[in-house]
Amino acid sequence: MTVFAFYLFALSTIAGGLFTVISRNPVHSVLWLILAFLSSAGLFVLLGAEFVAMLLIIVYVGAVAVLFLFVVMMLDVDFAELKAEMAKYMPLALLIGVVILMQFSFAVGAWDASEQAESLRMAVTPEDRHNTEALGLLLYDQYFLLFQLAGLILLVAMIGAIVLTLRHRQDVKRQDVLAQMYRDPATAMELKDVKPGQGL
Amino acid sequence: MISADLNIILPEILLSVFAMVALLGAVYTEKDKLAPTLVWITAAVMAAMALWIGTSGSGTNEAFGGMFIDDGFARFAKVTILISAAAVLVMSQEYMQRRGILRFEYPMLIALAAVGMMMMVSAGDLMALYMGLELQSLSLYVVASLRRDSVKSTEAGLKYFVLGALSSGLLLYGASLTYGYAGTTLFSGIVQTATEGHLSLGMLFGLVFLASGLAFKVSAVPFHMWTPDVYEGAPTPITAFFATAPKMAAMALFARLMHDAFGQAVGDWSQVIALLSLLSMFLGAVAAIGQTNIKRLMAYSSIAHMGYALMGLAAGSALGVQALLIYMAIYVTMNVGTFAFILSMERDGAPVTDISGLHMLSKREPAKALAMLVLLFSLAGVPPLVGFFGKLYVLRAAYEAGLAWLAVAGVVASVIGAFYYLRIVFYMYFGEERDDAVEMRSSPVLYGLLMASAIIMVAGVVNLFGIEGAAAAAAATLVN
Repeated sequence: MTVFAFYLFALSTIAGGLFTVISRNPVHSVLWLILAFLSSAGLFVLLGAEFVAMLLIIVYVGAVAVLFLFVVMMLDVDFAELKAEMAKYMPLALLIGVVILMQFSFAVGAWDASEQAESLRMAVTPEDRHNTEALGLLLYDQYFLLFQLAGLILLVAMIGAIVLTLRHRQDVKRQDVLAQMYRDPATAMELKDVKPGQGL
Repeated sequence: MISADLNIILPEILLSVFAMVALLGAVYTEKDKLAPTLVWITAAVMAAMALWIGTSGSGTNEAFGGMFIDDGFARFAKVTILISAAAVLVMSQEYMQRRGILRFEYPMLIALAAVGMMMMVSAGDLMALYMGLELQSLSLYVVASLRRDSVKSTEAGLKYFVLGALSSGLLLYGASLTYGYAGTTLFSGIVQTATEGHLSLGMLFGLVFLASGLAFKVSAVPFHMWTPDVYEGAPTPITAFFATAPKMAAMALFARLMHDAFGQAVGDWSQVIALLSLLSMFLGAVAAIGQTNIKRLMAYSSIAHMGYALMGLAAGSALGVQALLIYMAIYVTMNVGTFAFILSMERDGAPVTDISGLHMLSKREPAKALAMLVLLFSLAGVPPLVGFFGKLYVLRAAYEAGLAWLAVAGVVASVIGAFYYLRIVFYMYFGEERDDAVEMRSSPVLYGLLMASAIIMVAGVVNLFGIEGAAAAAAATLVN
C-alpha cells in the first residue's frame, strides 16, 4: 500500500513538474505546479514528516502559488514572444540537457553513500517525541545561528522591496485625522436662506 | 554553550545590530537627510571592526557545533573585506549624493552585505555557507538597481538577480548531492568521507556543482556572462563595491570549501579549478581589448584577475592559499584606487565612462594621471610594482604544485592583458588633443584614496607591508 502510494505521488510530482514547464497557458502551468506541491506534500506524509507536509500545503499552495496566479493574470507578459525567443536556443539546450541527463543516469547507477554517513548523520527523531516538537528543538537550538541569519535575509528582502518600489508622491490627497476631528459646523458649513421660487 | 558561541560571533552580531538600529533611527527621524552621516558612521564602524578583528583574535575557535569557524584565515579575509567596504562607502558618498541616489538604506544594505560576507568566510557548514552567500547576494542585487529610474541600472539588478538565483540553484543542488553522500553538511564531517583517489561519483557531482555555483559568484569563465553588464549598468560606486569586497569574500569561501570540506581530494578538484583559471585569464585578457567603456573594461579585468587568484587555489597547497590571499588583498587595494579615479571622471557635471575622454590627461592633471599610470601598470603586473608580486606569488605556487603549464599560460595571458591597460596609459600621455576631454573632479576623499592606493603600489615593493607573513599564517590555519 505504501509502495503504491509512493509511486502514485512520485509520478504525479514528476508529471506536475513536466506540465508546468510545457503547458502553453501560464495559468495551467500554475495549476500543474500546485499539483506538484500537493504530491510532494503526500511524499512527506509517507516519510512521517507531517508538519513539513502541512507547511508545504499552507505556504506553497496557499500563498506562493496563489501569488503566482495573481502575477500571471495581472502582469501583461507576452508569453508567446518569450517562447519564440526560447525556441531559437532549443536545439542547443536539448543537446546539453540530454548530455547532463545521461551523466546523471550514470551517477544514479553508481550511487553509494559513504561508510561514515550512518554515523555522521543527524539522530532520528526519538519515538516519544512527535516531529513538530523535534523540528522546533533543532531550529531554535542547534540551528539557532542559521535561523537568525534567515531572519536577516528576510530583513534585507524587505528593505530591498521598499527601497526599489516606494515613492513619495506629492499629488496624493492623504487623510488627516486631526483635521477631520477638528472640523466643526462653523468652518465646514455655510447657511443660506433661499427664498421660495428663487434659485441661489 | 550559547554564550561562548555568541562571544565568537560578536563582531557579526554587533555589525548587524548596528545596521538595524541605524535603519530604525533613520526611519523615525530625518530619513534621507541623514544618509551622508550614516555613510560615514557605517564606514567608521566597519574600520573599527576591522581593527578589532585584526588585533584581538587569536587561535582557531569554533561556534555552533562547527558551523562557524573563526581562524586566522577568516580574520585575514574579514579585515580585507571590512576595510575595502569602508573605503568604497566613503568614496561613494559625494558621487551618489550629487546624483540624488544616496538613500539611507544604502549604507545599511552594505553593512548587512558585509555581515553576509563575514559569515561566508567563516562558514563551516554547507547551510551556513548558503545563508551567508544569500545574505550578501540579496543586498548586492538591491544596490545594483539603486538608481531605479535608469533602465540600465534596473537591468543590471534584474540580470544579476536572475543569474544569481540560477547559480544558487546549482550550488544548492551540489550541496544536496554532497549531503546525500556524506550524510552531513558539516565541512569537518564531509572531509572524513572524501578521500583521495576513490571519490564517489555522487560526491564528485556535488563538488562540481558547488564549484560551479561559487565560480559564478567570483565571475570565473564560463560563469562570467553577467559581469560586464552588471558592472556597466550599476551606479559606479556600486560597481567599485562589486569589484572589491564580495570578490574577496567569494574567493575566501571558495578556498575554505575546497580545503576544509574536500581537503583530502585535492587531485580531484585541482584540475577543475585550473581549467576555470586558464579560461578566465585568457577571456579576461582578450575580451577587454575591444572595450571603450572603462566600467566594462574593469569587468573583464576583474575576470582575468580572478583567473590568477584561482591559480593559487588550483595549486592546492598552503603556499597556494597564501598566494591567493596576497593576490586578493593587492587586487582589492588596486581596485579601490582605480575606481577612485573612475569616480572622479566627469564632463559638464555628468559622469563619463568612455576612455577616449582620457586623451592627454597628463597635460591637464599630471598628478592624477601619474597615479593612474602606477595603478594600471600594477594591474597589468609590470615589475617592480606591487601588482607584479601578486602575480609572482600565484605563479610560483602553481609552478611548485606541478602546474607549470598553467603558470606559463598565466604569463602569456598577462602579456596579452597588458595591452589594454597600456592603451589607457598611451591615451593619457601620448594621445591627441580632442574636444571631448574629461574634467577630473577634485574631491579630497577620492584624491586621497587614489594617491594612497598608488603610493602603496610603489612603496609596498619594500616588504609588501608585512602582508606576506600575515597571509602565510592565515593560510597555515586553513591548510594543514
